[in-house]
Amino acid sequence: MLSALDKLMLEKVADLHEIPQGAFNIRRNGEGVQRNTTANIDIVTKKDKSGIDVIVKPYTKGESVHIPVIVTQDNINDVVYNTFEIGEYADVLVVAGCGIHNSGTHTSQHDGIHNFFVRKGAKLKYVEKHYGQGEGQGQRILNPKTIIDAEEGSVVELELIQIKGIDRTIRDTEIRLMGNAKLVVTERLLTYKDQEAESNITVELLGADSSAQIISRSVAQDNSKQEFNFDLVGRNKGRGHIQCDAIIMHNAQVHSTPKISAYHSEAQLVHEAAIGRIESEQLIKLMSMGFSEKEAEDTILSGFLK
Amino acid sequence: MLEIQKVSLEIEGKSGVEILKDIDLKFLDKKIYVITGPNGGGKSSLAKIIMGIYNPTSGKILLDGQDVTTMNITERARLGIGYAFQNPPRFKGIKVKELLKMAASFNPEKVNICDLLFNVGLCAQDYLERDVDASLSGGEMKRIEIATVLARNLKLAVFDEPEAGIDLWSFQKLAETFRNIHAAYDTTIVIISHQERIMELADEIILMSNGMISAQSERDIILAGILNNDACECSTKCEKGVGQNVECAG
Repeated sequence: MLSALDKLMLEKVADLHEIPQGAFNIRRNGEGVQRNTTANIDIVTKKDKSGIDVIVKPYTKGESVHIPVIVTQDNINDVVYNTFEIGEYADVLVVAGCGIHNSGTHTSQHDGIHNFFVRKGAKLKYVEKHYGQGEGQGQRILNPKTIIDAEEGSVVELELIQIKGIDRTIRDTEIRLMGNAKLVVTERLLTYKDQEAESNITVELLGADSSAQIISRSVAQDNSKQEFNFDLVGRNKGRGHIQCDAIIMHNAQVHSTPKISAYHSEAQLVHEAAIGRIESEQLIKLMSMGFSEKEAEDTILSGFLK
Repeated sequence: MLEIQKVSLEIEGKSGVEILKDIDLKFLDKKIYVITGPNGGGKSSLAKIIMGIYNPTSGKILLDGQDVTTMNITERARLGIGYAFQNPPRFKGIKVKELLKMAASFNPEKVNICDLLFNVGLCAQDYLERDVDASLSGGEMKRIEIATVLARNLKLAVFDEPEAGIDLWSFQKLAETFRNIHAAYDTTIVIISHQERIMELADEIILMSNGMISAQSERDIILAGILNNDACECSTKCEKGVGQNVECAG
């Protein structure tokens, strides 16, 4: 049912070598091709629009949901709406990801709109990997939108990774945190050639003692362009920290717009943004251990994006 | 043996402003040398010239008779020259364990990463998984830096002020570590230092100031000279040091 190419794409976006354990839904070229549910995790096709509802029962522990999307044709514009209901005190891993293989001349595009409801005391780790390949002229475009409502005492960890092969991306992430909710976002981005990437993250600290940490690291090479717009809004007592770090190379451009907004006297918000080239001292250090300049550069970049 | 022949270094773009002037030095196999002298005297520049980080304006550098003057840092590293930074750079996303493994990757002998950390006074368990980033203190960075040099099988290792920032770590331990690498690999060791305890390790001490070698001799002769020179009148207030007498003058 899945071709070798399909499997390669699955491996790239979901670290899947075989059909995953637990709940999963594999979507290929705009259609669901395989699905599995468990006693605690249900996946239901939406009736009003394209997409699925993933329902995790309260108190579900240690289970995972894989919902990879693969696009292996050109001239595809796939828009999908997925809703995730993470029940109270559940603890789950959700791995989404999109791989595009475009050998054609037309654009392949996938826009995933993901809506999460993380209920009271629940823990969610959400991993989203984007990967593109293919020799064709057709552009590979991914525009994900992620909206997360994190209820009281919940813990949300997000890993957003785009390392290779996506020509255009606009990533919108909106997160609202209620009391004592905790959020950690790690973003890793690499662009090269003429790629363009934009990441917009807005986090609102709505409940008391909520906390958010956003760590974004990116590398911009060749003629690529990156834009970051992060906004941390403190509407209650709480802490937030944005760390936005970019390595710029060649003729690339990086625009980083810091914004922190406080509406409460006990909101503590910090934004750090830095753009710079690889430090020459780092290169010299690795070269003085026997690495070539190229090896040193690759080592520094892969560590930075890890 | 590393030979430095008539090496001079001028500040780039400013001819006539010399950092190093006509340096002639020989570092014999299996010996320990300490280079000392006032800040700004050219010690670190000389170390960087040996590693290939700076290129001399004139002069030659020979390693075991082979001219390495035009070789880059990588080539010299592969020939067995190592350098421990005075201010080691930090790496985001690279773990202590990974950095040490990289350092050991050219060493044909199997290196135990935990032993390396132990040798620089760090508990392996606490450090292996940590990133070599701003979360480490200056002293921790210096010790890890020394460990990256210990990880290699070197003909010549240059340590640029290894004691700086690690005051709490007993010099005894540091001294022992230098003796150990010396014994393990027959490495020629060149240490830039202001510390008497480090100088005591030396077979020979080289005194540098104003970009020149002002004295070079067996340890005891130079040490005696330095200590005698220490006749500034404010000895209770002034750190015993070399060439810092100007600071005591007031």
